[in-house]
Amino acid sequence: MFEAILLTVITASTPLVIAALGELVAERSGVLNLGVEGMMIMGAVSAFAAAQLTGSPYLGILAGIAGGALFSLLFGFLTLTLVANQVATGLALTILGLGLSGQLGESFVGMPGIKLQPIVIPLLSDIPFFGLVLFAQDLIFYLSVALVIGISWFLFKSRAGLKLRAIGDNHGSAHALGINVVRVRYLAVLFGGACAGLAGAQLSLVYTPQWVENMSAGRGWIALALVVFASWRPWRLLAGGYLFGAVTIGQLHAQAFGIGVPSQLLSALPYAATIVVLIIISHNRRMTLINTPASLGKPFVPDR
Amino acid sequence: MKKLIIALTATAAVLGGFASGASAQEKKKVCFIYVGSKTDGGWTQAHDIGRQALQKALDDKIETPFLESVPEGPDAERAIERMARSGCAMIYTTSFGFMDATVKVAAKFPDVKFEHATGFKAAENLATYNSRFYEGRYIQGQIAAKMSKKGLAGYIASFPIPEVVMGINAFELGAKSINPDFKLKVVWANTWFDPGKEADAAKALVDQGVDILTQHTDTTAPMQVAAERGIFAFGQASDMIAAGPKTQLTAIVDTWGAYYIKRTQAMLDGTWKSEQIWDGLKDGILTMAPYTNMPDDVKAMAEETEAKIKSGELHPFTGPINKQDGSAWLAAGEKPEDGVLLGMNFYIEGVDDKLPQ
Amino acid sequence: MRLELQKRAQVSTLFSILSPLLALALTLVVGGIMFWALGKSPTGALYTFFVEPLLDVWSLHELVIKAAPLILIAVGLAICYRSNNWNIGAEGQFTIGAITGSILPVLYPEWHSPMILPLMLVMGMIGGALYAGIPAFLKIRCNTNEILTSLMLVYIAQLFLDWLVRGPWRDPQGYNFPQTKSFQVEAVLPEVLDSGRAHMGIVFTLLAAVLLWFMMRFMLKGFQVSVLGQSARAGRFAGFSAKNMVWFSMLLSGALAGLAGISEVSGSIGHLQPTISPGYGFTAIIVAFLGRLNPLGIVASGFVLALTYLGGEAAQLSIGISDKVSRVFQGLILFFVLSCDTLIHYRIRLIFNPSAATAEAKN
Repeated sequence: MFEAILLTVITASTPLVIAALGELVAERSGVLNLGVEGMMIMGAVSAFAAAQLTGSPYLGILAGIAGGALFSLLFGFLTLTLVANQVATGLALTILGLGLSGQLGESFVGMPGIKLQPIVIPLLSDIPFFGLVLFAQDLIFYLSVALVIGISWFLFKSRAGLKLRAIGDNHGSAHALGINVVRVRYLAVLFGGACAGLAGAQLSLVYTPQWVENMSAGRGWIALALVVFASWRPWRLLAGGYLFGAVTIGQLHAQAFGIGVPSQLLSALPYAATIVVLIIISHNRRMTLINTPASLGKPFVPDR
Repeated sequence: MKKLIIALTATAAVLGGFASGASAQEKKKVCFIYVGSKTDGGWTQAHDIGRQALQKALDDKIETPFLESVPEGPDAERAIERMARSGCAMIYTTSFGFMDATVKVAAKFPDVKFEHATGFKAAENLATYNSRFYEGRYIQGQIAAKMSKKGLAGYIASFPIPEVVMGINAFELGAKSINPDFKLKVVWANTWFDPGKEADAAKALVDQGVDILTQHTDTTAPMQVAAERGIFAFGQASDMIAAGPKTQLTAIVDTWGAYYIKRTQAMLDGTWKSEQIWDGLKDGILTMAPYTNMPDDVKAMAEETEAKIKSGELHPFTGPINKQDGSAWLAAGEKPEDGVLLGMNFYIEGVDDKLPQ
Repeated sequence: MRLELQKRAQVSTLFSILSPLLALALTLVVGGIMFWALGKSPTGALYTFFVEPLLDVWSLHELVIKAAPLILIAVGLAICYRSNNWNIGAEGQFTIGAITGSILPVLYPEWHSPMILPLMLVMGMIGGALYAGIPAFLKIRCNTNEILTSLMLVYIAQLFLDWLVRGPWRDPQGYNFPQTKSFQVEAVLPEVLDSGRAHMGIVFTLLAAVLLWFMMRFMLKGFQVSVLGQSARAGRFAGFSAKNMVWFSMLLSGALAGLAGISEVSGSIGHLQPTISPGYGFTAIIVAFLGRLNPLGIVASGFVLALTYLGGEAAQLSIGISDKVSRVFQGLILFFVLSCDTLIHYRIRLIFNPSAATAEAKN
């Protein structure tokens, strides 16, 4: 049973982790995009539609990524080219995404979905317990792990990552060093959109293979919270995502066991837990300050 | 830039030329207000299918505008009043949460007929209507007891309101009429609509060993989980067979259309009266989706129970019934008043959950 | 071709006025094309959206009801954001304010005294302020990011309300449905005019907006807000306490959100129920920025946003434009307004030949 619970937790956590990873990269470059929910739902509807029309969930994944990325361009244009306020633009992006996806997806409601099938890795999947949990998963799960490793390497080991962090910490000096701040931020926003779109694809192809309006149901917001929770570090983000998923699933199991606690209290647990963990890790003041991108949310215009 | 704006403004002016004048209308307006999206796949969609049936049946006499995704709260009162002001002769408000807003607006517009779904406050021009969903759940309970190998079913519930509690109890009663030791696990998702969370709840229940799932939430996600895990499940509000062709045993299908046609016709004829209507299987306000994926004897039993409920021979809540703690609720042969059922906030014996109080 | 921004030496007054008009023009054009593409009459649709709701008294009242909580919350948030404190949990403070404000009418339904209403309002403000005090405290004491904590507290507040109205505060006469008893007459906010149901909430709203505008413009406190918001260092040199500013701005915005909550419950709903807000606390964030974080600007932006909600409903009912299209349209308006505001601070130049531009830059 423990194995099955773990699988449930992984499915529930994967979209949170992926969307949050994308946002992490965007925020590391100094851009706060509150439109994750909107990009995610656009990814979900694009992925579902493409999978239905082509019959291939893999094309669905590509469409989800493209949908989220294209949608994030809108945010990029407003906040980077026109330096509009990032918080307000992000919220507006979510409103637009929820409306647009509902409209685009209207004809797909109620269609039986196409589920992305797991890829069983030979030999490794034979390992007792861990084999099934880790090596008989779908492509999106493997991607999520690859993303954590890749982003971690990129941010802290690569030159380009160093540039990106430099921009996030102080776009003024980065610009003075000759780094094209706006271009890097565009790429970071696009990457964030692509990840949110991939997370959306996971929702409509793996988690619950169907399309209904508003099916992201607030997961984009939780992804945003995760980024801060992880103090902008990929591995912590992975841990946080799984912790959140575990508490959510755990409370459902506690209910099924018949523990006599009000379900509202149990439903509130993941949020309360996030706050508590956040307090614990942010108590170490120096640690958080080092990781927080100092120019997060601040507008940048290259002066000449 | 300036030229662009001028050009665009000119385009707008040309486009404006296409504006059509409002066509003269003879048809009466029968209006609907929905809490969700009309394509939510559950509660609201069932009402919208009812509306479409109504439109089709009385196409030459009425039109049926609607407002969807109206939040329960101050927005509801405005939305309902807007309908009354826009000339609706009759307004169906299709969610419990619209109750007080409907009462307030009904008082202001005595000439408009109001119908509020699942509430309990009525007035001279405000009727209430509801469906005896529990009749269908009782049949589901019986089927579950026949089909379950472990004698244990899982129930994905939305919110602890009487309607839902009544459904849980009816399911358990049906199951116990076949297998007195039948147990029911309940998980409260605290949402009507979140496919992911509903799927998680379904997985949690399956992982804890239930081999039949039923739901009182709106999406087909639990049905999909049941299909994946190879167990049986029941659909809710709509026939969910498409989500689980080999999984769905039956579903409670809300078929409001017949009711809407009947009441709207009465309004057109001038015979409409305010009533508090609670129709059941016999009135066609709910129907059972085809009994599938079960042996013939189970199907025959389900059909027999359905017939008995329709004829009035069987009332699902017939004593002796004990409350969850073992204390007596109904004596042998006793049946509860409708009012007691509508306010139900306790479990009967056999439900393995503590009701949130 | 690319766009380039040039910072203006000073804020352009001309474009401060022109930018909303330009945004409106763009919205009309693009919105018109969108409606036309959907097979609806563009003029009819735009008329229904923007003009029809303003034509009768009833609708004006409804506009006020919808706009009041948005503005009341947004002016408080504006002070927060100007001082660089990122309270995005106004929705939770709204909910808690509604709960604490409702304690008296729910627990003492027999208390018929004119005292009850003022007490409710004060308790609502205290509740909202205390709830906003949690992220403020955590920010000061534990260095915890307030964006996250205030957001998480929203969910907790909503679940708490849910538990209350389904459990201990449920109306015993209400067939166990999840709502409290209706408030006694004395506990209901009176209507402002006889002509409709707009209640005193709008008076509090306008009062708060004017007072905060005055504070930001003429008082030392307002100056502190701006200085600390722009640079905590500069503020420290001026002898201002950043900690006190966290408390001040968070408690203020919490209190106003709480006031909005209890006003809404007492004035518009009349009892507590699981859903009391259609996301006012989040929408108010947009309102605050649309109003350029200026209390008077927020009054205007609050009414504009409320208008799009009402117009969306009208369009749905009379010309069958779905609520999804209305939301898309709303998103478009927001995007145009936000992007046109760029013109206030920047000159925009379209550069068609990048190499020429570089050459020019070198000169």
